Amino acid sequence: MIEQSTTRRLMMQFAAPVGAVVLSIVMSAFILMIAGSNPATAYGDMLSHAFKLETSVSMINRATPLYISGVAAAIGFKMNIFNIGVEGQYRMAAIFAAYVGGAIALPGILHIGLILVVAMMVGGAWAGIAGALNTERGVNIVISTIMLNGIALGIIAWLVRSWQAEGEIVVVGVGTEPIDDSGLIPNLNFIPEIFGDIRSEELTGVLVIALVVGVAYHVLLNRTVFGYDLRSSGLNPFAARAGGVPPKRMIMVAMLMSGAVGGLVGIAEIMDKARYDPNFVGFLGFNGISVALLGRNHPAGIAVGALLWAFLDASSDILQVTGAAPKEIVDIMRGVILLSAVIGYEIVRRIRVRDEAAQAAARLAEVAA
Amino acid sequence: MALAIELSGITKRFPGVVANDDVNLAVEAGEIHAICGENGAGKSTLMKILYGMQLADEGEMKVNGKTVSFASPGEAIDAGIGMVHQHFMLAPQLTVLENVILGAEPMMRGGRIDVAEAKTHLHEVGDAYGLTIDPDDLVETLEVGEKQRVEIIKVLYRGARILILDEPTAVLVPDEVDELFRNMRDLKAAGTTILFIDHKLEEVLAIADSITVLRQGKTVATVKPEDVSTGDLAELMVGSELPTPETTESTVTDEVALIVTGLTLLDEDHRPAVDDVSVRVHRGEVVGVAGVEGNGQTELVNAIIGTQATAAGSITLLGADITHESVRHRREAGIGYIPQDRHHEGLLLEAPLWENAALGHQTKAPFSSGLWFNRAGARARTEEIREQFDVRTPDIDVSAHALSGGNQQKLIVGREMSASPEVLIAAHPTRGIDVGAQAAVWDEIRHARSAGMATLLISADLDELIGLSDTIVVMYKGRLVAEVDPATITPRELGSYMTGAALDNEVDS
Repeated sequence: MIEQSTTRRLMMQFAAPVGAVVLSIVMSAFILMIAGSNPATAYGDMLSHAFKLETSVSMINRATPLYISGVAAAIGFKMNIFNIGVEGQYRMAAIFAAYVGGAIALPGILHIGLILVVAMMVGGAWAGIAGALNTERGVNIVISTIMLNGIALGIIAWLVRSWQAEGEIVVVGVGTEPIDDSGLIPNLNFIPEIFGDIRSEELTGVLVIALVVGVAYHVLLNRTVFGYDLRSSGLNPFAARAGGVPPKRMIMVAMLMSGAVGGLVGIAEIMDKARYDPNFVGFLGFNGISVALLGRNHPAGIAVGALLWAFLDASSDILQVTGAAPKEIVDIMRGVILLSAVIGYEIVRRIRVRDEAAQAAARLAEVAA
Repeated sequence: MALAIELSGITKRFPGVVANDDVNLAVEAGEIHAICGENGAGKSTLMKILYGMQLADEGEMKVNGKTVSFASPGEAIDAGIGMVHQHFMLAPQLTVLENVILGAEPMMRGGRIDVAEAKTHLHEVGDAYGLTIDPDDLVETLEVGEKQRVEIIKVLYRGARILILDEPTAVLVPDEVDELFRNMRDLKAAGTTILFIDHKLEEVLAIADSITVLRQGKTVATVKPEDVSTGDLAELMVGSELPTPETTESTVTDEVALIVTGLTLLDEDHRPAVDDVSVRVHRGEVVGVAGVEGNGQTELVNAIIGTQATAAGSITLLGADITHESVRHRREAGIGYIPQDRHHEGLLLEAPLWENAALGHQTKAPFSSGLWFNRAGARARTEEIREQFDVRTPDIDVSAHALSGGNQQKLIVGREMSASPEVLIAAHPTRGIDVGAQAAVWDEIRHARSAGMATLLISADLDELIGLSDTIVVMYKGRLVAEVDPATITPRELGSYMTGAALDNEVDS
């Protein structure tokens, strides 16, 4: 009986996300038919593209910063803090880290280490502003992080302008000073090359950082007193406070940590381009929120979410090439997946609550009898 | 005279409790009728039934001679009944007028609010009942007493002829109480029937035409103020017999564990919620705090636990001043805490039992070593608690919300007691749990007491207070007004202290 309930618990865990993906495939098929495309062809193109080795590598490259971003958001979510500001945090972190990395040359590991530390410090500081505003002045973190996103983009736009020559707008070949090779994390091409030719793709070395971040997140959350404090604050701040968890300090530390991890989101792009340029990739912060929601803030769940999002990204590219369907179908799929997953999780939660209450009641009756 | 309200045989059951048990109430039209009773006597439930917020399981309800049954407050309002809650329900950024008409706006064609009409009607209501207030004032700028007047006007504006006031004086200072009573007399003169809940007996005697006393869900008596004294009323409320204290040997030692000196705490309106309170608890002693709820007990507990800042005074634990220490420091120094509301401050409802068992003790063994949380240790301790405190659960991985209230409470008590606290702060430790669980909790406290634990027990349950305490102090309006011996106290005395009636007597003598 116990085993049965464990299986049931496990199955319920996966019911919502799997159901969400299936629902989105079905709904998108209808939409594709209405739009006059053949869903079978479109889905076929997406899948056959994804299973090419070079596409797989490219998907992992796309998933890597998304994963880090998802973990950054999840740290806040675990404490019921909605840090919408990863977007601004990673961009500020990226431009400063790239600047410092380009200005200073150090031997190998130190150079990389410096870039990472600067990114984490800037990201943490930017998030810390929102944290301090909340604990000292009671400013809502959602509002302040949204504002800080705007301010970050403004500052960056202003810095980018200073690279432009008088009177003309150039976006190619400008940016921060290039970072020497010593500051660039080497690629991991040796792994996919075991399986075959990956053409011009390179597997990003930042994947290692993402894995470290994931493991550290898991250990911190589940194996440390701090993680326990963080989770209990998120579940019931009043009980946590009566249990000795200082609420303000937890908010501040959670924001600093979320921001520090968020600061690492842009590293993959920096390593790829060896600089911060005006075309720096955007929306990783917002997509990280989606990925964290989809993955239920679980380190493995976020990884699955990040890979799914990366797959849809890659699909969007190939649909444009083959013309089997408009690429916007990918955004529709994402929306449907996210919405139905969130609803699904809530349904599953309610069923679980009911199940457990029934079990406990049954146990009571057993003992009484 | 005609009866405005007639309730007969009203019974309302909740799981495990009978809140109202064959309650009978007759309120004459145009009178001020007070409902008195201790906390948990069933006053609020009765008013909720009358106002359509809850349905009675049994019994008949007549309003102005007609049998009625209200499924919602809307139906009660249609029948001319209005209720002013203890906690105001006003929008502070809106004006008085806007608040009054909210939800009952007179409309012009095109969906616009007829402000002129609303103002005229508001003035009519104000003039008819002698209630004056500037309709254009912002509610956030008003004093507490004025806000209450807005609430009353709001109800009258909707045509109420029978007014229910839930503890209207609880939030007021004496001057405001006088003003409220003037308003109530004016309302009565204008023909309104008023039903109000109060447990400050001198106030009740001053304003009411009739008084009905509830005790443990039953109507005890309906009396006229001219026939009774505050002492008589207090005895009716508390009952004529107090439980005899358990004849356990005293384990009180000379060693003081907790000293509270001159403690003062301010509420949101900067009025003292706890006013110059001093109390000492020795090792092996249980000090009971008696009092009608809302007289500062919660704030006193918060101050000792460290979740609310003090304005003055000091708290000393085992010789060390902890007045400005963090909650964590206090918990680590040996304060155990059983909160009055287990769902609010006691449990992580969505987390498994073994995580709940660590709450408040997560920085100590077996729950952690250094910075690392010890899952195995936490699980083992939880199994021990489950075993020793008889927590009925399928396993320790179910979430806390799956357990019944009694089992949740046993988990909390087990968590605190298994940490062997030096001082236990127990706020209503057996509220809302069944008799069996209640006895188990009492046994635990007695057991730990004989092992030298110092306990501050806050309770509204006289059985519990008298049965467990070595000393009882009574809290009234934020102050400790008496220290009594549970072995010799009479119901009349205890009731007088709890309701403030004794204070007036002292002034007289």
